[in-house]
Amino acid sequence: MGEPVHKIGIACTVNGELRRFRAYPMARLLDVLREELHLTGTKEGCGEGECGACAVLMNGAMVTSCLVPAAEADGAEIRTIEGIATGGQLHAVQEAFLECGGAQCGICTPGMVIAALTLLERCSHPNDAEIREGLAGNLCRCTGYQKIFVAVVRACQPAGEGQPSIP
Amino acid sequence: MRGYIPSYELRAPASLPSALALLEQEPGSWQPFAGGTDLMVLLEAGKLAHRHFLSLTKLPELRGIEVAPEAVTLGAMTTYTEIQRHPLLQAEFPLLCAAARETGSVATQNRGTLGGNIVNASPAADSPPALLVYDAELELLSARGTRRLPYRGFHTGYKQMLLVPGELVGRIRLPRRSAPWRQYYRKVGTRKAQAISKACFAGAARMEGGAIRDVRIALGSVAPIVVRAVKTEEALRGAKLTPETIAAANEALAKEISPIDDIRSTARYRLRVAQNLLEEFLQQLAQ
Repeated sequence: MGEPVHKIGIACTVNGELRRFRAYPMARLLDVLREELHLTGTKEGCGEGECGACAVLMNGAMVTSCLVPAAEADGAEIRTIEGIATGGQLHAVQEAFLECGGAQCGICTPGMVIAALTLLERCSHPNDAEIREGLAGNLCRCTGYQKIFVAVVRACQPAGEGQPSIP
Repeated sequence: MRGYIPSYELRAPASLPSALALLEQEPGSWQPFAGGTDLMVLLEAGKLAHRHFLSLTKLPELRGIEVAPEAVTLGAMTTYTEIQRHPLLQAEFPLLCAAARETGSVATQNRGTLGGNIVNASPAADSPPALLVYDAELELLSARGTRRLPYRGFHTGYKQMLLVPGELVGRIRLPRRSAPWRQYYRKVGTRKAQAISKACFAGAARMEGGAIRDVRIALGSVAPIVVRAVKTEEALRGAKLTPETIAAANEALAKEISPIDDIRSTARYRLRVAQNLLEEFLQQLAQ
């Protein structure tokens, strides 16, 4: 088993706010977000970096928070699903998921939204293949992929246009 | 079941000398932790036997891609995302970029590193076949100094390598080639994204007057280590791309790989896929 180590002090910016807490160095960022900071929007799916449900942005890059040790979050800037809407106003990607029925049970949704944001940040008008590739690391256990795909297409369109049809 | 979290130490030294000093102090007691995309999975499965880890995140010496006239040198902590976005790597080392794109998902590529992929020493790793084709060299760092050695031969057996306690993989050097080489990379897994390969093939060849002047071929997931297919290369070097040449190369390949049955595939399927990939590579050369 080995001698238990001590918790360490960690300071990081979470959704724009400086947060300080204590955690075991190898605690998973996922657990720290949910249990220490009570940000339960980030979900646990597989726990081994395969499903994308726990995706968050760390220093601007998407990571699966189940694979990030708490010690590595020290000094980092983290954005979770709770930090995507601004001032009560949903992000266009979130609006599109709502409008297109891009969520069923909801477990994969926070990760899907983070993946869609990551994709659109680099490529504002992705083609079908780019959307599929951008979402490839996120699994939907309801298998509602088509509506999620359409939601991302929708998020790229200017407001006021009709809903895209399912290809 | 997940490992007992309070029993794991993870320290992040702020400088390379202090990291090397810690590794030297108690050789073997500290192990490097790069992107964590493999180690954290072991932790979750309760299979992470080692307890003391040294995070390399804060060491700038292990980052960055340096371009010189003779070679491109990548810090061991270069991520897969950084590799695939680098214009010169895209132009001259497309096999490495393809491997980076096909490793895990975007989130994995943002964390996973080239050095981590080498030291994790999986025979199914995606970047080592590209490194073998490019005749990569490793720079190993320790408190006692630096040594360089070819990547080929670095892995000596399943999960075995020429890294002594106290040593880190610091940089990976890729010699630049002046003449144009035709290059081919293909990974075959259960699905296109996220899957660990059943077989993976990297090849490069220099053609001259319809014949293969020089060739490099390497494969993953078909032996205890990622292998360079030297006998297959011998069967091809200097030869014209005739059906007889292709048959001889396929026969040589079957003799120098040793695929097994495991959770991801079967030996028979892997051999067949490896030969199909070889054939696809050679057909592309003929075009």
